[in-house]
Amino acid sequence: MSKPPGAVAGVIQATLAKDLRLEWRSKDAINSMLFFSLLVVVVFSFSFDPNAEESRQIAGGLVWVAFLFAAVVALGQTWARELRNQVLDAYRVSPAPANSLFLAKALGNFIFVAILELLMTPLFIMFYKLRALGPAWQLIPIAALGTWAIVVNGTFFAAMSLRTRSREIMLPLLLFPVCIPALLAMVNATTAILTGELSAKFWIVLLTTYDVVFTIACLLLFELVLHAE
Amino acid sequence: MKRQAEGDECRHENSMKRAFPIFAVLTAVLLSYALYEALVAAPTEQTMGNVQRIFYYHVPSAWTAFLLFFINFVCSIQYLVRRDKVADSIANWVAIVLGVAACAAAVVIRPLPSGVEPSSVATTGLAITGLYFLVKRYFSGSRTDALALVTAEVGVVFCTVVLVTGPLWARPVWGIWWTWDVRLTSTLVLWLIYISYLMLRRFSASGQTPVLAAALAIFGALDVPLVYFSIWIFRTQHPQPVIGGGGSIDPRMLHVLLINWLAFLCFAALICWSRYRLEVLQREVEEIHAMKGLQDPRSSG
Repeated sequence: MSKPPGAVAGVIQATLAKDLRLEWRSKDAINSMLFFSLLVVVVFSFSFDPNAEESRQIAGGLVWVAFLFAAVVALGQTWARELRNQVLDAYRVSPAPANSLFLAKALGNFIFVAILELLMTPLFIMFYKLRALGPAWQLIPIAALGTWAIVVNGTFFAAMSLRTRSREIMLPLLLFPVCIPALLAMVNATTAILTGELSAKFWIVLLTTYDVVFTIACLLLFELVLHAE
Repeated sequence: MKRQAEGDECRHENSMKRAFPIFAVLTAVLLSYALYEALVAAPTEQTMGNVQRIFYYHVPSAWTAFLLFFINFVCSIQYLVRRDKVADSIANWVAIVLGVAACAAAVVIRPLPSGVEPSSVATTGLAITGLYFLVKRYFSGSRTDALALVTAEVGVVFCTVVLVTGPLWARPVWGIWWTWDVRLTSTLVLWLIYISYLMLRRFSASGQTPVLAAALAIFGALDVPLVYFSIWIFRTQHPQPVIGGGGSIDPRMLHVLLINWLAFLCFAALICWSRYRLEVLQREVEEIHAMKGLQDPRSSG
């Protein structure tokens, strides 16, 4: 299968634009994610009612667990949307490279989850009285790397769970165990910055390694999963 | 030619069938001897007392489980790369290079991390290469997948034994059931990943299961080292490995430990063997049913 140069970028652009337009018109994923993480924030805040010092210790874990759970909502819809009208089968028989489809979907999910994080962060700060004692700007690369870690594996496992019965249940069952090291790094990095006691450098390096390793693994294996018969 | 090959396979299967009960009896004898050694013959540990004897089940189960998961990983890689000639030869070379690199590292790198013997580095490297080519030589196509399924199932059982016996020992000795230490955490993550592996196999449509499961196994194999190294920087509470890890062990205890490991390995091999035979037969029956259905659609029901 010969791929003309630029085909990869072209397919990524077209698919991404289509997904963004669909989301802009329906707002399915964003709305459900937003409401879901809002519920998590309210329920946790209500059941703990922490003071500023306590919330510095627990907020890192809370924030990322909320985003992880909310991301699963969006990730589940990534491929399910393509099942209607046999769009996915059309992708499968088309000569478009499979990896560009995967990258487009992962980038789309990254944008959705990033928007969610931007909208939810003020709420978290408000409810948990957060103020970072460490270098707060480092939270931006941590958030970007962490979101990519969730999204790249999530997009892959969503494609995988598409092939199973009861796929809504399968996605978190597959995703969460593999996400453990990334979650550990995100939570520890965030806590380190909020409390200002330790350096987050090690965790950022770990998160970068995780992203590189799993992005490569996803790109190598996605075509097999898409065409699995 | 084909008929001769089939005859060979038949004879081979028959001799395997005859060997099975002999191996089963041997395993039973070995297991009871190991039980006697662990509970009666082994010396009582000075500070921990009899609680320490759980060590003779905990450690061999852990080694067996890790070995089984490793075989699962090798099978998964082989199942995927065999569909593509280039990938297959790349994987072969990687396996060879790994073995050579381990031997070279054992000779060249000085000093090795404390407690790691050069011979153990070389042996591990060569074992990886050897295992890879053994699986390649004796298992083909869907048989690789059957072996992957079997090793994952039995591995989960042994891993569960590890996770149950660990806290039983830790409670009286450490005073706590569980701690997020490097070995405990990575074993737990390994166990979780293989549970999700078995779930995936159960829930996916039969034709696609092998590919999806093999991909997940590779993700798991990438994941566990990351967990291990990320917790490595925390102070670890688990006792140092007693063999090749700087710890010290009474030679009589080592003897009992190795006997137990041998017994557990034989036991695992026995279960894997019978489960593998069952799995292969089951697949043959399904294939025959499918063929019959194709020939006469009405009879398939």
